[in-house]
Amino acid sequence: MTAQLTAPAGAQTDRQRRVLRRLPWWIATVFLIGAALIWIFPFLWMLSASLKNNMEMFSGGLRLWPKEFVWDNYARAWNDAHFGRYLINTIVVTVITVVIVTIRCATAGYVLARYRFRGSRLFLGVLIATLFVPTGYTIIPVVKISMQLHLIDSLGGLILALSGGAYVSAILIYYGYFRQIPRELEEAAVVDGAGFARTFFSVMLPLAMPVTATVAVLTFIATWNAFFLPLVFTFSRPNLRTVSVGMQAFVGETATDWAGMAAAGVISIVPVVVLFIFLQRYFVEGISGAVKS
Amino acid sequence: MTIRSVHLTRREARVRAGESAATNQRPARHGWKKKTTWIWLFLLPTVVLYGIYTIYPIIASYWYSLVEWNGFDENQTFVGISNYREVFADPLFWNSFKVTLLFMVFVVPARVLLSLLMAMVLNSPKLPLIGVLRSAFFIPVVTTTAIIGVVMRFILDPASGPINSILLRLGSGGIDFLGDPHWALPTAAVLYVWKFFGVTMIYWLAALQTIPYELNEAARIDGAGTGKIFRYITVPMLKPFLIIITVLTIEETFHNFDLMYTLTGGGPYFHTEIIEIYIYRWAFAAAIPQLGHASAAAVVFGLLVAVVGAIQLWAVYATRRRGAGR
Repeated sequence: MTAQLTAPAGAQTDRQRRVLRRLPWWIATVFLIGAALIWIFPFLWMLSASLKNNMEMFSGGLRLWPKEFVWDNYARAWNDAHFGRYLINTIVVTVITVVIVTIRCATAGYVLARYRFRGSRLFLGVLIATLFVPTGYTIIPVVKISMQLHLIDSLGGLILALSGGAYVSAILIYYGYFRQIPRELEEAAVVDGAGFARTFFSVMLPLAMPVTATVAVLTFIATWNAFFLPLVFTFSRPNLRTVSVGMQAFVGETATDWAGMAAAGVISIVPVVVLFIFLQRYFVEGISGAVKS
Repeated sequence: MTIRSVHLTRREARVRAGESAATNQRPARHGWKKKTTWIWLFLLPTVVLYGIYTIYPIIASYWYSLVEWNGFDENQTFVGISNYREVFADPLFWNSFKVTLLFMVFVVPARVLLSLLMAMVLNSPKLPLIGVLRSAFFIPVVTTTAIIGVVMRFILDPASGPINSILLRLGSGGIDFLGDPHWALPTAAVLYVWKFFGVTMIYWLAALQTIPYELNEAARIDGAGTGKIFRYITVPMLKPFLIIITVLTIEETFHNFDLMYTLTGGGPYFHTEIIEIYIYRWAFAAAIPQLGHASAAAVVFGLLVAVVGAIQLWAVYATRRRGAGR
């Protein structure tokens, strides 16, 4: 008690000094928050536009707060512009693709990391050589072979085409991770009587959980946002469109309903943004892994 | 086995990484024959999917580029290199080639250097709200490019977009950002930098985190100012990453169909027609598709990407070597 009573004078200046030392950082933060708000302005504007009526959209300039909230825009986007349907298509395509890609990259990364077999070096070499193949390069044969297999104009065909993308970095992330796990773990599992598949699924794969999260999140975002393949696969089947293709068509069909379009954009973008906010750690780890390795 | 013990072993393993690496690489011998079956079973999904949708198309493009074919009938006529001759004689192909490279020249330095500055600001541990700020600058990356393209078209619309309504109110003339041949490509480039800025920023943050914080602190105690620290510590430490990040960014600018197609569709008058849109136009948007012609363009595009990729591998290899030599 007495100590506290005598302390104040010294403590005060000490705190003041600390605040002063932090001041430049707070000023920088205020500037950065301003910059960040300008940075995400297009999203804020889209959100506000989705609640305005079309008249106000054209006259309102950059003002964000709508005069009156028009929830009807969402109803129009969801029902008349079929964004409810597009959203379901997108969810189906994305979830199944993520599952397929994660499993195939995990198993491939595992055997490439743990076993040397005839062709394993060639396999890795081919993978690395195709690290950056752009969709624009492979699209024509992909469409042609999908036609021959009767897989064009179907969600299943689109899912297979998306799952068959290179995803080399995903395989390499698994490869790098499995490579540094000590061999004793597998040997222990074998001694306990586990076979090849069991060793993988009940020992190795659970160990690789952080990698799986990273690969799943990166694949999710890439698939949700995919445009070129879904565009080409749904030319003649509008009801199979994903949100990104649906958005493009929306503008072509109703050139005047910008408020409805903004609502459709919000419907399409919000799921990924929410996912990102919850899982950003895995997202950032995956991206920075590209530089470190 | 409990999770805890697994983690302990892993941590141990990391400590002994040097010695265990040797044992890790030795293939297991027992039950080899059955194991081979399992190995190929594990590779099967990748072999099938990646084989059909990535490897086969790469090879097939070469064949398609040698035939005359509209994509509808079965008959493909072998025409040798005449598609290539057509493509090389087409001024619009060279235009798209030029647009692709010009776009790269606009975008790559902006992305690499500006994001380095931002990453250095957002790397400082003393900055409050750092997580929120990083997320804010990263958000455009995760959003759907095709939707951004459409929304930006409205924001920049010359007649009714909010940007132009403000320009008009300020008394300056309106700008047709996406419809004016002079403005379209720079506008698209700025939007592209904005959209993918966050990726490069994360690259840089990862690179900056390899510099030990104590190094900066020690330099500061020795009396070095911010400028000197940047000049003598940050720059040399970041040099190898500069090469990797630049080439990664170059490769990424080749995947730009989504934004360009939804933003301008290649217009006005082909001023933003990148090679991917050129391919798309000949293969899918034409009344009579000419897949041979489009494939020849795709092969040339693939070679361009491959050349940059080869430079990348070489650069990474060279920096690794130099790093090991030190």
